[in-house]
Amino acid sequence: MTLHHYLILAAVLFCVGLMGAFTRRNAIVVLFSVEIMLNAANLNFIAFWRYSDNPELLHGPMFTLFAIAVAAAEVAVGLALVIAVYRHFKTVDLESMNTLREE
Amino acid sequence: MSTTTLALIPLLPLLAAALTCGLQNGRRAAGVAIVAMLGSCGLALSALKEAWGMEPTGDPLTFDFEWLTVGNDTVINFGFVLDPLTGLMAAMVTFVGLLIFIYSAGYMKDDERMARFFCYLSLFAAGMLGLVLANSLLLLFMCWEIVGIASYLLISFWFHKPEAAAAGKKAFIVTRIGDMGFLIGILLAFKTTGTLTLYNEAGSGILQQDLTGTVFGISVAAVISLLLFMGAVGKSGQLPLHVWLPDAMEGPTPVSALIHAATMVAAGVFLVARTFPLFEVPLYEEGILKMTHVVAWVGAITALIAAFIALGQYDIKRILAYSTVSQLGLMMVGLGVGGVAVGMFHLLTHAFFKALLFLGAGSIIHGCHEEQDIRKMGGIWKPMRVTSIAYLCGTAALVALPFVTSGYYSKDQILAAAWGEPLMRPVFWIAAAASLLTAVYMTRQCLYVFAGEYRGGKTPHESPVTMTAPLVILALFALGMGMVFETSIFAKLQGEVIHDNFVIAVSMAVALGGIALGWLIYRGRALGQAADPLAITPLVQKLWFDELYAATAGRLWALAIVIAEQLNELLLFVRDLAVLLADRIGNAFAIGGDRKLIDTLAFDGMCNWLRSAGHAVTRPQNGFLPGYLRLIALGAVALGVLVFWIK
Repeated sequence: MTLHHYLILAAVLFCVGLMGAFTRRNAIVVLFSVEIMLNAANLNFIAFWRYSDNPELLHGPMFTLFAIAVAAAEVAVGLALVIAVYRHFKTVDLESMNTLREE
Repeated sequence: MSTTTLALIPLLPLLAAALTCGLQNGRRAAGVAIVAMLGSCGLALSALKEAWGMEPTGDPLTFDFEWLTVGNDTVINFGFVLDPLTGLMAAMVTFVGLLIFIYSAGYMKDDERMARFFCYLSLFAAGMLGLVLANSLLLLFMCWEIVGIASYLLISFWFHKPEAAAAGKKAFIVTRIGDMGFLIGILLAFKTTGTLTLYNEAGSGILQQDLTGTVFGISVAAVISLLLFMGAVGKSGQLPLHVWLPDAMEGPTPVSALIHAATMVAAGVFLVARTFPLFEVPLYEEGILKMTHVVAWVGAITALIAAFIALGQYDIKRILAYSTVSQLGLMMVGLGVGGVAVGMFHLLTHAFFKALLFLGAGSIIHGCHEEQDIRKMGGIWKPMRVTSIAYLCGTAALVALPFVTSGYYSKDQILAAAWGEPLMRPVFWIAAAASLLTAVYMTRQCLYVFAGEYRGGKTPHESPVTMTAPLVILALFALGMGMVFETSIFAKLQGEVIHDNFVIAVSMAVALGGIALGWLIYRGRALGQAADPLAITPLVQKLWFDELYAATAGRLWALAIVIAEQLNELLLFVRDLAVLLADRIGNAFAIGGDRKLIDTLAFDGMCNWLRSAGHAVTRPQNGFLPGYLRLIALGAVALGVLVFWIK
């Protein structure tokens, strides 16, 4: 197992997330996809740390932990937003949320 | 005598003119004018006394002051000059002027514009005295123009008469022709000498230096004097510019006496006398021909022709006017052949006897209820005794009755001087013939006016004493002046009295012969009813001078008017064309440049472009959230590529 394997896995994960975010119409699924992309980035952090010259310094885990914490907060806020949107539109379908445009 | 006192001589009448121009009361205005003239006369007499004490050959007294500076070094001085010539002239002008002012107070007393009349008279006197005393050609010219304008105003004083208004214009315009020459002469003199003063203490005045150089091969002094003589010809009514003077008789009679007999018309003669040194320079180097010969010839021809025309006139003032022209011609002859003294002496005697004749004529006209036609007079002798005697004295002086009249002495000197110069013999005979004719026309006039029965309507009456008193004083001068002053005036003006028995005989013969001739022709005729043997058509028509000028200069003028009008039309057309062109160009800029280019293309076009660009930019903002997301990803990829690229 070399660094490349990890990086390819992370890229695949990222692309899966990205495609999910692009294509899915359910807001919650899009939120999931964003989390997947975030975790692909976390995987990169860990992989680079593990294969770096000086693994004792713990830069990678620190960033990853930060990112997970922030992602948790982000998901909380995101889900709250989705609930607020649902209350307003009575749906979580992104295509029906099209009021942010020029009439 | 200082500058101030000398300057006061013309300034007093000027002050009077300024005062009287605001006055309404004619008698008060007359008073002011007469007092001013009296003061001026007194000063002029004291100036004459001082001038009389001067050495005749010495330099004259000059009083100069700086008038203006042109550039750094060209100074134009004004000033006054005092020598026997100016002293005599100033004294004559003020004295005759004073008498005529007094006479006018009586003559004009019923005229409602009497105050204005005295204003003009005073203005004239101021100009005339300034002219006489001027030491600068420029000042002389200015005063010359002042007397010209005063003459115009006074001739057309009764402007409601169309003839008077026309005569005023004629006088002004005809003299202007001569004045143009005068002005050019002044400029030429200034160019040649660099100064305009006649005399100055440094000895560099125009008359004190020898002018060198030639113009078109003729010596410059002769050219200047010729140009100055043009001015004199205009002012003194010499041929061919004499036509204005007889018409000027439309003015009030005192004006005719003061301006058109005694003083202003003599200004031309005076000008020649003043600048006489220039006239004595030969035309060509080592030639014998001088400007004085031209002066003499012009004068002689004028004298003869004017005397001829006088034979055929019926208007009493017009006869005197032609007589004046004729006598002015004789003065020019005197200047031409005998120098300053001869010409000026005749000017002085003429001033007195012609003023007398005009004032007498005025008195007669007044007495005959404003009748001027001698055919409607006659028998004036009985009711107007004082006027008649005075008038006959003047007549005697004019026809140069031997020994007892001033005219005899002055005319005799002219003839003697002409006879003395062999080159001038023809002029002598012409002058003698003119004198003969003078005697004839004056006899004719006196017979018409004084002899026989009165042929008018209302009976004539004698004039008031303000009018007859000046007549008497002038009559005394007309008779006595020649005898008393001849030698002293000639001595002071550096002339020499010539007595030639042949000339005296001719002189007496023409005077007495002329009277006898007139007597023979008109004796026993029914004057005023039958045809007049001498008033033949050419003479009555004044030898068609006016018609000639109307046919030549007048036609030329009419042609010039036509040309000028056509030119005007052309200019109007060009103007319209230019306006049209400017309009078109302006429109092109307004529509093409402003409206199309700037408004539509630049401003509106830019706005439209911005608006459509904005529209284009808003296209992605379609509210489709995954689309936004895709754009963000695209941007991220682009950024990544960019970063990779820069590396």
